[in-house]
Amino acid sequence: MDGDRLSAHRIPRTVIATNFADCAPALSHDEAQVAAARCYFCHDAPCIEACPTGIDIPLFIRGIATGNLQGAARTILDANIFGGSCARVCPTEILCQRACVRTAQEEKPVAIGALQRHATDWLFAQKVQPFARAPATGRRIAVVGAGPAGLACAHALARLGHAITVFEAREKPGGLNEYGIAAYKLVDDFAQSEIAFILRLGGISVEYGRILGQDLALSALRQDFDAVFLGLGLAGANRLGLPGEDLPGVANAIDFIAALRQAPDKSALPLGRQVVVVGGGNTAIDAATQARKLGAEEVSIVYRRGPEAMSATLEEQERAQVTGVTIRHWAIPVALEAVAGRLAQVVFEHTRPDSAGRPVGNGERFALPAQMLLKAIGQHFLPAPLGAEGPRLEGGRIAVTGDGETSLPGVFAGGDCIAGLDLTVQAVENGKIAARAIHRYLGF
Amino acid sequence: MADLATTFAGIRSPNPFWLASAPPTDKEYNVVRAFRAGWGGAVWKTLGEDPPIVNTASRYGAVSFNGARIAGFSNIELITDRPLAVNLSEITAVKRAWPDRALVVSLMVPCAEESWKRILEAVEDTGADGVELNFGCPHGMSERGMGSAVGQVPDYVEMVVRWCKQATRMPVIVKLTPNITDILAPARAARRGGADAVSLINTVQSITGVDLDLMAPMPVVDGQGTHGGYCGPAVKPIALCMVAGIARDSESASLPISGIGGIATWRDAAEFIALGAGTVQVCTAAMHRGFRIVTDMIDGLANWMDQAGYRRIEDFRARAVRHFVHWEDLNLNYRTVAHIDPDLCIRCGLCHIACEDTAHQAIAARRVNGRRQYEVIEAECVGCNLCAHACPVEDCISMVPVSTGRPRLTWKQHPNNPERREAAE
Ligand SMILES: Cc1cc2nc3c(=O)[nH]c(=O)nc-3n(C[C@H](O)[C@H](O)[C@H](O)COP(=O)(O)OP(=O)(O)OC[C@H]3O[C@@H](n4cnc5c(N)ncnc54)[C@H](O)[C@@H]3O)c2cc1C
Ligand SMILES: Cc1cc2nc3c(=O)[nH]c(=O)nc-3n(C[C@H](O)[C@H](O)[C@H](O)COP(=O)(O)O)c2cc1C
Ligand code: SF4
Ligand code: SF4
Ligand code: SF4
Repeated sequence: MDGDRLSAHRIPRTVIATNFADCAPALSHDEAQVAAARCYFCHDAPCIEACPTGIDIPLFIRGIATGNLQGAARTILDANIFGGSCARVCPTEILCQRACVRTAQEEKPVAIGALQRHATDWLFAQKVQPFARAPATGRRIAVVGAGPAGLACAHALARLGHAITVFEAREKPGGLNEYGIAAYKLVDDFAQSEIAFILRLGGISVEYGRILGQDLALSALRQDFDAVFLGLGLAGANRLGLPGEDLPGVANAIDFIAALRQAPDKSALPLGRQVVVVGGGNTAIDAATQARKLGAEEVSIVYRRGPEAMSATLEEQERAQVTGVTIRHWAIPVALEAVAGRLAQVVFEHTRPDSAGRPVGNGERFALPAQMLLKAIGQHFLPAPLGAEGPRLEGGRIAVTGDGETSLPGVFAGGDCIAGLDLTVQAVENGKIAARAIHRYLGF
Repeated sequence: MADLATTFAGIRSPNPFWLASAPPTDKEYNVVRAFRAGWGGAVWKTLGEDPPIVNTASRYGAVSFNGARIAGFSNIELITDRPLAVNLSEITAVKRAWPDRALVVSLMVPCAEESWKRILEAVEDTGADGVELNFGCPHGMSERGMGSAVGQVPDYVEMVVRWCKQATRMPVIVKLTPNITDILAPARAARRGGADAVSLINTVQSITGVDLDLMAPMPVVDGQGTHGGYCGPAVKPIALCMVAGIARDSESASLPISGIGGIATWRDAAEFIALGAGTVQVCTAAMHRGFRIVTDMIDGLANWMDQAGYRRIEDFRARAVRHFVHWEDLNLNYRTVAHIDPDLCIRCGLCHIACEDTAHQAIAARRVNGRRQYEVIEAECVGCNLCAHACPVEDCISMVPVSTGRPRLTWKQHPNNPERREAAE
């Protein structure tokens, strides 16, 4: 029976296309005017402080209000070269929009993200290049990883006149913007068109299929280049540590999402009728929501603690629930059961908080039938590519100063591979800050 | 329930809400729809001599403010573009069908006694309640020696009013132009000529904007523009001041005033009435949202009057006039300081930056445990209330009176005034 196996084409292509349409469509001109008019142009605006890249939000919104879209877009991109994708993927409800004084006033913040998209979309549509490169310095910098952190660093350095070579393991740039972010947040191949815009500045060459630790060594890069920036992201997916974890039907949520993002025809993706996702972060939410949108009939997220402990924002949790995902709390998977060599159900044990608040099993069990289990219980940094003489680690990630400098002179790092918020916008800020530090390190 | 009925210069209407002479009153069809909606009266779109004038395309300009449409409105239309006979027969029909509503006919003819006499006779036959002399139109007609070309010369105003009063027994209302330095001059002239009432304001000469692609003033007619007449919410403060000026002027105070300019709500109307108006006239608000706005105007005014304890319009009409004084009569020993309610404050910093950059450096910006805190430095605050206007939160900043321990002192008595009169006087 079909229900026991993974199968493609569960729902018509047209429905899938609708399900994966832009989840927050662009504002019209009039909508943008009304939204912009709501901004008070605050003095010492709290929203700026809450943006990890410190975009001058009141200034760019005023540009929208006055019809100076070019200036608005430049203000955004000057602080955050990924301003276009951040406008789409930032959890604004915990960043700028939470700090907006309108939230305090009436629980209805200025639509900062949507306005940011309005201005940057305008600029991209004009095909103008707002930035120019400073005269060539003759200095060469290696950037490893073409994710938001690496490319933000490369762009900032190229603007300063340096020559950048980016080494990227995959065949495409973008990191999780290309392989990880939910498809309905970055539609129409936005990740690639944004990177094309970034690279159009000049001074940045990207070498694809170049893997640090395999055909590249950090020591060689340190010799061949004036400085190195590491934007490696988190390559390791955490394991449950249960027997059967390699059964057909069990997968890492990030791999499922990556396949989905890359599939030319989403309806052709094999999918279970019943899908269980384990985890409590945005990856769990995104995997579950997208499984539902692909046509899975029953999708559950199971999390070992209560709703307030989930790192997925309330808005993200609601998005999943509205899509028809059931979120179950206080349970951990304890066994994966197979039928005919394939996953058939996942057995859970209820948990409760111990005296320190940690979830511990209470012995009561229940089972959820599932042809597919997606694991979203976190990712970790894989230090192997750094080699024997790599920089010092701390808490499993690369240790850096406030400027992004590692324990190795001339080697800098940023993004998910260092401690901090695992968000696109934070990766961009890390890249930008490190670029300035590298510039200084080079004696400018 | 409050009684809204008014008698204005002998003309009765069930409520004080009249439509001003303009497109909403251009023809029978519109006026009947307006009366059905509940308007108390209408001043018919200005009639002139045949052949009728010709209008342009386009005709209107508008100013949007922060996304609000038609904060100000302008037009380059002229008087009616329909033959006189058509208008007269429609006026006759409307008045017959709606005897309880005020129907006033606006007129503008060349500055010759014969012309005024002829048209007044024709209007009298319609059964209309009165006439309004359009001395206000600032464009198109003034270049032909009519409209504000007359209204700007007090002697002409007096002369034409006198002709009209001699030629008709109908009440004569004189509509004044604001395009003049001192509104009292034409108002007094109208009174000397024997006018039964004045109405004001007509539109203000204006250019609403410039089309930067066409490099032409707006509204644009085939690549060119001309000045128009400005009205709508933006002109209300100008109109209020002119109405109040007449209402407190000993020479013209006896004239009934029909208040016009930017009236869109019952509250606007109440303000005009408090400053002396007996009726109000509306144009732009109706052109923006249709005649149905009058429902809330009638209802809102009656509810407010009930709450305030006013039974009739006359009970509060002109009540604010005695508080409209000259600057030199204000108490210079009265002092207030800004007070911020920290519970309402949303920490936008607008009060601080307004006072810091452009006033008296009297609001400190602090961080207390990382949290923004804005505090008034009372010793520096002059009580200008700029901050209270800038603050986006209703009632967050209040201006609190503080005792100076000093008696009332006006500029007339102030030691700094070289022409001072002694306080003891
Ligand atoms: C499923 C999912 C959904 C997310 N949704 C959001 C969201 O909605 N909003 C948000 O703000 N953030 C979201 N994030 C987080 C965000 O995507 C990351 O914080 C951000 O992409 C980190 O950027 P980065 O450049 O540090 O790393 P990455 O984006 O991971 O980029 C690292 C790059 O380095 C390359 N690389 C790795 N190892 C090597 C090597 N040895 N040699 C050469 N190249 C290498 C990788 O191929 C990759 O291109 C999400 C993350 C996930 C997993
Ligand atoms: C399109 C338009 C045409 C007007 N035509 C006349 C007119 O023919 N005669 C007249 O006395 N006033 C005319 N006015 C002025 C209005 O009667 C009124 O005095 C003015 O618009 C101010 O009122 P408001 O702010 O409510 O619009 C016109 C105004 C507009 C907008
Ligand atoms: S806090 Fe809100 S209102 Fe103030 S500047 Fe930022 S976006 Fe505008
Ligand atoms: S009232 Fe004027 S002087 Fe006083 S704090 Fe406010 S802005 Fe400053
Ligand atoms: S303007 Fe009003 S809300 Fe804003 S900081 Fe000042 S007192 Fe607070």
